[in-house]
Amino acid sequence: MQHGSARQETSVPPNTTPGNVTFNRGALAITGDWTLPAYQAIEQQLSRLPLHSRKPDTLDLANLGRIDTAGASLLADFLGPDRLEGFVENDPVLERDTAALLRIVARSLGQWKEPDIAEAPILSRWLSHIGERVESLGLLLWQLLGFMGQTLATLFSVLPHPGRWRVTAFVAAVQDTGLNALPIVALLTFLVGAVVAFLGATVLEDFGATIYTVNLVAFSFLREFGVLLAAILLAGRTASSFTAHIGAMKVNEELDAIRTLGLNPVELLVLPRVLAMMVSLPILTFVGMIAGMVGGALVCVLSLDISLGQFLAIVERDIALRHFLVGLSKAPVLAFLIAVIGCLEGFKVGGSAQSVGEHTTSSVVQSIFTVILLDAIAALFFMEMGW
Amino acid sequence: MTSIIQVRELCNRFGDNVVHLGLDLDLRRREILGVVGGSGTGKSVLLRSIIGLHRPTYGQIRIFGKNLLTLPPPERSKLEQRFGVLFQGGALFTSLNLQENVAIPLMEHIGLSRPDAEKLARVKLALTGLPASAARKYPSELSGGMVKRASLARALALDPEILFLDEPTAGLDPIGAAAFDQLLVTLRNALGLTVFLVTHDLDTLYATCDRVAVLSQQRVIIADTLERVAADPDPWIQDYFQGPRGRAASRAADDDRANPHGDGN
Repeated sequence: MQHGSARQETSVPPNTTPGNVTFNRGALAITGDWTLPAYQAIEQQLSRLPLHSRKPDTLDLANLGRIDTAGASLLADFLGPDRLEGFVENDPVLERDTAALLRIVARSLGQWKEPDIAEAPILSRWLSHIGERVESLGLLLWQLLGFMGQTLATLFSVLPHPGRWRVTAFVAAVQDTGLNALPIVALLTFLVGAVVAFLGATVLEDFGATIYTVNLVAFSFLREFGVLLAAILLAGRTASSFTAHIGAMKVNEELDAIRTLGLNPVELLVLPRVLAMMVSLPILTFVGMIAGMVGGALVCVLSLDISLGQFLAIVERDIALRHFLVGLSKAPVLAFLIAVIGCLEGFKVGGSAQSVGEHTTSSVVQSIFTVILLDAIAALFFMEMGW
Repeated sequence: MTSIIQVRELCNRFGDNVVHLGLDLDLRRREILGVVGGSGTGKSVLLRSIIGLHRPTYGQIRIFGKNLLTLPPPERSKLEQRFGVLFQGGALFTSLNLQENVAIPLMEHIGLSRPDAEKLARVKLALTGLPASAARKYPSELSGGMVKRASLARALALDPEILFLDEPTAGLDPIGAAAFDQLLVTLRNALGLTVFLVTHDLDTLYATCDRVAVLSQQRVIIADTLERVAADPDPWIQDYFQGPRGRAASRAADDDRANPHGDGN
């Protein structure tokens, strides 16, 4: 419809008669416009014709209006490309352009051989799917270990040569992963600190031990929450950005360019990022600890009648330095893992935009999972050691 | 002859860099217009301006007598369905396989069912000379030339009236490029296509184009038949058409005309 009216506006004769096909005693007559808008209507007409009409004695194209590739393909499909081409070759009145179109469609369809696709039974497909998933999980771990090794090996080969240190890239990465993440980490831990203080006060009030809220906030933030919150935030914020950045470079063949220029993509792209993360996360962890305790202190001062001086005195008296060290010691390890996972997923990106998305998701999920798992193992370890 | 695209007084500026200044160009119905020009003369910017992807700094562009940028979205979409674009890099959707790439506009705009749309998509793929085995492959699994062909198939999906081609034969082997030229002429004759062709391929220019527009000095300095353009005294045009490659392509085209082989027979 829209096609027809648009044609009128641009001063082309509107000769739109709907496409039609009739079969009468061995003669197949094609009339009207065989164009894309009429595709479904013509297809239905064709499907209603008897089977032997697919092998007509003559093909009458004299009253054919406009025809495009859609119409031509319907005709070629119906008659078979070879038969259509035969009719076209022996048609004396057919317009030269129309003949050329029918011929080219018939020929290209004639060369087209549908490949066979064998469907496996559902059980074996299911089993093979499980097998594939297990194998890919094993491969994932294997690749991660290999990539960690490669990163460390590159690090130690670069260390003795200060000329190969990528200072600019490193500083830029520190700014991006550390400085730019500072406000959000501080805000988040501040809020969680306040929430922990409130929760603690509610429970401890029943025992008349509200004062221990201070210990609760200080312990939890020094040992766990400071590092955990900062690490999870960086896993979401930075691992995804590493993956997307390196993945887009991979799609754009920039990684291949780096390799063919005789440079090492691990040295150029991964090392500065990994090292920057290992600097940024401890700093962010420290900021997180302070901000969390400030949040807790604010709640204590405002609603629990514990003065700031009292808060600081309790922290100084009850909280040993080792709690701070326990929390901080986890930061570089987690940072290394987050950065390595982010970079590795970037290298695994295939040639498509979808692949970038998949691997970005995977890198965030993996790094958050790793952070929490490792933190749990570390908590057990430190507890058993009595630290 | 009616012109279905009118470009008037087009100016495009990026910061201090003036790409077009008072550019006029007409595209007439059923012609194949080749647009040539040195690197950085704004051939692609011109194409993007015409198809509405780039808002010109100043000037008027009319397709089918309408200005794309001022149309309300539904009408603009209808107008856009009447032209097909082949982008320089192919721009296939990488998350879809080839037949899905071509079937998308058929399903979205014509409302065909998926099996119908994919069947028709396979016809278009076959038309552009792709083998059947490629239909279910993804763009990342294919060579650059095959991506080009599939992209042409997608541009042809809705049997458009105007075809915009940005360097269609770049990256094709000579045999594939010659087949592409022939396909273009056949489709133009059979479907009444109008083609806007940005190219550097002199063979394609000689084999297909009715008129050639030369972009230089921020405007179209000449838009005329190949013979007249090649005879223009402008130094850049002389370098372009009378250089070794230009002369070779011209000779090849003359040979073709002397003993024509295969206009589809």
